[in-house]
Amino acid sequence: MINYGIAILLLPLAAFVTQIFVGKRLPRNGDWVSIGAVTITFCLSLAMFGVMLVKYDPDFVIDEAWQWFDLGSLTVHLGILIDNVTVVMLLVVSLVSTLVHVYSTSYMEGDPRYSRYFAFLSLFTFSMNGIVLANNLLGIYMFWELVGLSSYLLIGFWFEKNSASDAAKKAFLVNRVGDIGMFIGIMLFFTSTGSFLFSDVFAGVESGLFSTEILTIAGLCLFAGAIGKSAQFPLHVWLPDAMEGPTPVSALIHAATMVAAGVYFSFRLFPIFTPTALIVIAYIGGFTAIFASIIAVTQNDIKKVLAYSTVSQLGYMILAVGAGAYTYGLFHLVTHAAFKAGLFLCSGSVIHAMHHAYHELHDHESDPQDMRNMGGMKDKMRTTYLTMLICTVALAGVPFTSGFLSKDAVLAGTLSLTMHHPEHFLLVVFGFGAALLTAFYMFRLVFMTFYGEPTRREVYDHIHESPSPMTAPLVTLATLSFFLFFTLPNLNPFSDHGWFTTLIQAKDSVVPGHLNPTAHEIAEGMHHAHTPAMILSILIAFGGIGLAILMYLQKKISADDMAARLALPYKLSLNKFFVDETYQRYLINPSLAFSKVVAFLDWELYDKYVINGLGKVTEWFSRVVGIRWDYNVLDQQIVDGVGRSTRFFGAGLKFVQTGKVQNYLVWVLVGVIMIYVFQAVS
Amino acid sequence: MVGLNTYLIIGAILFSLGMFGVITRRNGVAVLMGVELILNAANVNFVAFARFGGMDFTGHVFSLFVIILAAAEAAVALAIILNIFNSLGTVNIDEANQLKQ
Amino acid sequence: MTGTSFIFWIVALLTVGSAAGVVFSKNLIYSAISLLFCLLGVAGLYVFLWADFIAVTQILIYVGGILVLIIFGIMLTHRITNVRLSHSSIQQGVGGAIVLAIFAGLSAMILDAPWYLSSAEEPTETVREIGRMLMVDYLLPFEVASILLLAALMGAALLSRKVD
Repeated sequence: MINYGIAILLLPLAAFVTQIFVGKRLPRNGDWVSIGAVTITFCLSLAMFGVMLVKYDPDFVIDEAWQWFDLGSLTVHLGILIDNVTVVMLLVVSLVSTLVHVYSTSYMEGDPRYSRYFAFLSLFTFSMNGIVLANNLLGIYMFWELVGLSSYLLIGFWFEKNSASDAAKKAFLVNRVGDIGMFIGIMLFFTSTGSFLFSDVFAGVESGLFSTEILTIAGLCLFAGAIGKSAQFPLHVWLPDAMEGPTPVSALIHAATMVAAGVYFSFRLFPIFTPTALIVIAYIGGFTAIFASIIAVTQNDIKKVLAYSTVSQLGYMILAVGAGAYTYGLFHLVTHAAFKAGLFLCSGSVIHAMHHAYHELHDHESDPQDMRNMGGMKDKMRTTYLTMLICTVALAGVPFTSGFLSKDAVLAGTLSLTMHHPEHFLLVVFGFGAALLTAFYMFRLVFMTFYGEPTRREVYDHIHESPSPMTAPLVTLATLSFFLFFTLPNLNPFSDHGWFTTLIQAKDSVVPGHLNPTAHEIAEGMHHAHTPAMILSILIAFGGIGLAILMYLQKKISADDMAARLALPYKLSLNKFFVDETYQRYLINPSLAFSKVVAFLDWELYDKYVINGLGKVTEWFSRVVGIRWDYNVLDQQIVDGVGRSTRFFGAGLKFVQTGKVQNYLVWVLVGVIMIYVFQAVS
Repeated sequence: MVGLNTYLIIGAILFSLGMFGVITRRNGVAVLMGVELILNAANVNFVAFARFGGMDFTGHVFSLFVIILAAAEAAVALAIILNIFNSLGTVNIDEANQLKQ
Repeated sequence: MTGTSFIFWIVALLTVGSAAGVVFSKNLIYSAISLLFCLLGVAGLYVFLWADFIAVTQILIYVGGILVLIIFGIMLTHRITNVRLSHSSIQQGVGGAIVLAIFAGLSAMILDAPWYLSSAEEPTETVREIGRMLMVDYLLPFEVASILLLAALMGAALLSRKVD
């Protein structure tokens, strides 16, 4: 198993190295190198998954650490942790990665930096696998940054576009804010426990090395990394902008895997979060869920809708972690990865078709991503339409889909928390409100894109279904959105009971003093909350879908009227609650102004007076020294004197140089004898 | 029985004779023979130490390497001597005193 | 004086005597022949030192290889018609004094030093152990030596080629 893990980790790296150095010279620009590596990775993950199913052991774990370096008092270990969670995550990452690689061969066809694109994809796959396989905080941190780097490279892949390079920089910088918190957290744990390994850190926490307050702060610091990477409020601003990257990248990195790294990280660390930290996490997740879904309702760019939808779904997962139902957070991560990657790839297919239609019409002005320019495409793009519909249904949480199961479980966890702590009723409101809006905006997207009359007839006529390398991944991902794949061997579509819940079981918190409820208590609470949560969520999902049908399919309620009536919320939502503008006004502009003041001080005062003044003094001093001392005394007497005496001695000594090697050898031997004599005497 | 010192003295004699040859001979080839004598002196020492220091084969391996080096050195040195002969018309190395200038 | 040590002294005398012949002979060919006997004598010393493999290597490489090379060198650098092939020496006085001083120093050191001695049985076979050491402990130097030989071969060929 451990060999499989290492192979899974290193194969994409090898592909990256090959691609970046010789990719351009290989046939087909070397895309087969990356695809081959990722496919083998997928097969290995599948094999591991098979082994896991055969074993069917919830406690299966391989944890191996190697010493990396030893500085005496400081020994750092790195290592690999393989348990059921790792195996499932590896399968998700490699599956989506493989599909995206295949899809990209068609989507990126003809791009001048085709081979580099695949190199970056491989780099990303390598780093993501690294996060999943690491058994220590330092390893996760390193791969965390690598993932950030590959995300930066891929968002800014079309760096000729200013918007793309700006978005890449923004993603990098915003992530950095969270990562600094994460680094502080890691160091807090390291200085106390002397180890980065999860097992040591957990043991340290359990033995009471930390006071509850410190543990809360340290846990939240670590969680700050997850806030950045998983685009939680208030660091969510980078994810929508990241849609400037190629759409397959959005599907892989900004929907299915990388943004889920934060959730995965919180999942791993759940046992060390204190109750206070968990409540903060739950509020951040819940608020992000509702906040992002409100924004998604009014967006017109198809990818922006999906981006905010991703933010909101990540909020759900974080909410699940905060509510203690963290295995269900991971469950939602896995199901969401399939259908959200499917949705992104579908939108990519649509954009691809629109782009080509505009291209044929020589229209370079219109935006191929704007849903207002689409409409009625279901007859032209049959496969895309059907797969997108299935994924949308799954995201909306309609029964018989995987999304229903996982979202329902998350909501049940939230409901259970509120039942025990009624003061946190807002979390339930956030959760169910987001569910309602999710169903609404997703069907709004489908209706605006695929139904109704096309806005421009001539564009519509040029729309074609995408080629099979693009549609095949869509079909695969849409198929995986059915409940069956996640509940086997159980066939009940209304119960999440299956291999996943059997194999991935919640662990008890290691926070000392029994502050947190045990895993058993949480499961008990969720059991009670399950039925009401399910009924409520079905009602809400159909309510949202019904509203979307009324407004966008049958047009019985005018969307514009609604917008006018709800002017303020509409404006806020359309402008994304002015978060970016707020940051601009209260964070970026003041820091720019401050920089200008400092620059002024530096240049006008320090440079002109202090530095230049010093320079003048030095100049005067050196002129005096130069003439009086340097030339007259030093140069004339000492320097020239050395030269003269050398010449004198040389003239005398030149007769020693006979040019005969044997004479020289005699002198060498004389030297040897003298050394011997000196040694003998002393 | 013959002891270590005997071999070391033989080695020292060989070394001194070789050194004398290197210093005094005018012919390049003869200088080379002196160098071979010096190398053989070193080898005798290696093997003698191996024999009397508890039969450690490291000394043997080292003398093997010395023989290899001697072969390489002889080939290159003779090539150089040939070159000197071709360009100066002599192999007497005291006439090859271009180092003087 | 036993038979073994009698033979030893004969071999030692042969070695030292022919080494002197190498250095003092007036005729270059005689020097080369003396060198042959000197090398054979050293090989004999190796036998007394229980180093049979080294002794055989000495005969094969030195006598069979290097000495032939040297004689080739003599032939190539002297006109064949020049029968005497005599060669003279220089700075013999200075050289002799220095070499005697060195020899005195060496001998004093040898006789003075408290050598570490350890008795050992005569090994039944040396080749196996030398082979093991070459292939295990000294594999890298062994390979480097092979590269060195190759480089020397090519360097010698390049150097002695007629420049045109």
